[in-house]
Amino acid sequence: MSKRIDVQNLNVFYGDFLAVKDASMVIEPRSVTAFIGPSGCGKSTFLRTLNRMHEVIPGGRVEGKVLLDNEDLYGPGVDPVAVRRTVGMVFQRPNPFPTMSIGDNVVAGLRLNGVKDKKVLKEKMEQSLRGANLWDEVKDRLDKPGAGLSGGQQQRLCIARAIAVSPDVLLMDEPCSALDPISTLAIEDLMNELKSEYTIVIVTHNMQQAARVADRTAFFNLEATGKPGMLVEMNDTQKMFSNPDQRATEDYISGRFG
Amino acid sequence: MSTATVDQASGSLGKKGQSGGRAAKNTIAKVVMWAAFLIALVPLVWIMWTVISKGGRLLLDVGWWTESQRGVGRREQAGGAAHAIQGTLIQAFVTALIAVPIGVFTAVYLVEYGRGRLAKAVSFMVDILTGIPSIVAALFVYALWVTTFGLDRIPFAVCLALVLLMIPVVVRSTEEMLKLVPNELREASYALGVPKWKTIMKIVLPTAFSGIVTGILLGLARVMGETAPLIILGPYFKSLSTNLFDGLMGTLPTMINEGRDNMAVPATNERVWAAACTLILLVLILNLLGRLVGRFSKVKN
Repeated sequence: MSKRIDVQNLNVFYGDFLAVKDASMVIEPRSVTAFIGPSGCGKSTFLRTLNRMHEVIPGGRVEGKVLLDNEDLYGPGVDPVAVRRTVGMVFQRPNPFPTMSIGDNVVAGLRLNGVKDKKVLKEKMEQSLRGANLWDEVKDRLDKPGAGLSGGQQQRLCIARAIAVSPDVLLMDEPCSALDPISTLAIEDLMNELKSEYTIVIVTHNMQQAARVADRTAFFNLEATGKPGMLVEMNDTQKMFSNPDQRATEDYISGRFG
Repeated sequence: MSTATVDQASGSLGKKGQSGGRAAKNTIAKVVMWAAFLIALVPLVWIMWTVISKGGRLLLDVGWWTESQRGVGRREQAGGAAHAIQGTLIQAFVTALIAVPIGVFTAVYLVEYGRGRLAKAVSFMVDILTGIPSIVAALFVYALWVTTFGLDRIPFAVCLALVLLMIPVVVRSTEEMLKLVPNELREASYALGVPKWKTIMKIVLPTAFSGIVTGILLGLARVMGETAPLIILGPYFKSLSTNLFDGLMGTLPTMINEGRDNMAVPATNERVWAAACTLILLVLILNLLGRLVGRFSKVKN
């Protein structure tokens, strides 16, 4: 299952501070969408509003609509916990649960949400690890702690954990920034495979990475420090990196920024 | 070999004098550090030596651990401390049973939920509770239990006073341990669609578990040595007793206190030191237990 995200006039706040101003975009299913932009421009903040993780931070709130296949994530009576089951997330630094083994980490989401059937859990464990290209590396040490894996393996473990709960959308917040180039390549390959089943949104500081993996790219910018971030342009990746519509985009991509 | 290399290195830098000055400072710092360490060690070794040499012998006697002081005169070399050991352990256990849930839940509230005025007020109250002298806690319970409600002095009242002393220790140590749990783990759990309460129960508390247990055991060790509440609320009793709600119960601190007036009598003298030695041993065992739990922690590296 893969769903379309339609963001309409979204304002994102931290308390009274407007972090992202009036952003609208459509994120297509079965594709990879990349967010690029300078630090502090609100791209991570914006990403976190797509599964209501933004609200975890005290004072975090939004105005506007985020439609997931026409259902407003911020509509009245929508449970943020249920939203996060549908829209999964992978973080900047790999964060396997330290109290759990590799295998338990993968099915943590299922188990914590009440799945007890051992057969189901075992099947899902293998399926998710295969899905994250990690099965062959860890199948002999599923009961060992996740902290013993390398950084890249830990990140793929976190991806396996995220896809084990069968989300429709997978958000990735700079998933490769703590990894070496080979692990980065492994994750990028994985994204290419996963996009046949999921809507993938990735925040990245690495423009080559955006060019390599993304079908569409969105450029966020901010006018000055302390001013809200905003969406400058969103286009097909090829167009963004060859012939963008906005001057600011071209400046940023060609390194003439600021 | 290595000295030669160092000399060469400093020589090639041409700053031999400066390097020599630094070495001297290093030596002075080292001497001061070791001296401080040894000075701090003196009272500790002294106490241990005094207690063990004067009372250690009795601990090797099986009767010390199995018999009470029932019907034993102060000049008689007989009986044991079973009644006091048992009383101390029972009271510590009941105290922990009440104080640990309150303390842990308060800490969870402060770290995971507490925002704004109420949390600040609670935190402030815990600070105040931390600073309360044990005799004040004892007198408070006395005023409430005996003066206001008109109830008898029973061992359970002692537990209540000890609870007041243990709660802040548990709250503060648990709080520190919960704060050490990286926020990323909470976020990872939320992102899997796990509700907050379940995240706390299944992710945060297990991650902090060994630290919390260590804090609880240290709090327990502190409470076991408390004497003021025992003197005021739970007078000494020479026989075995397990009833917290009726009569009296002997404990190690009150046993020591009781014998204080008869230190000139050799039999009593030895019993007092042996009781002190037993108390130190119990606290030591609790501390070791705390470390052991830390080793068996579920956090795997």
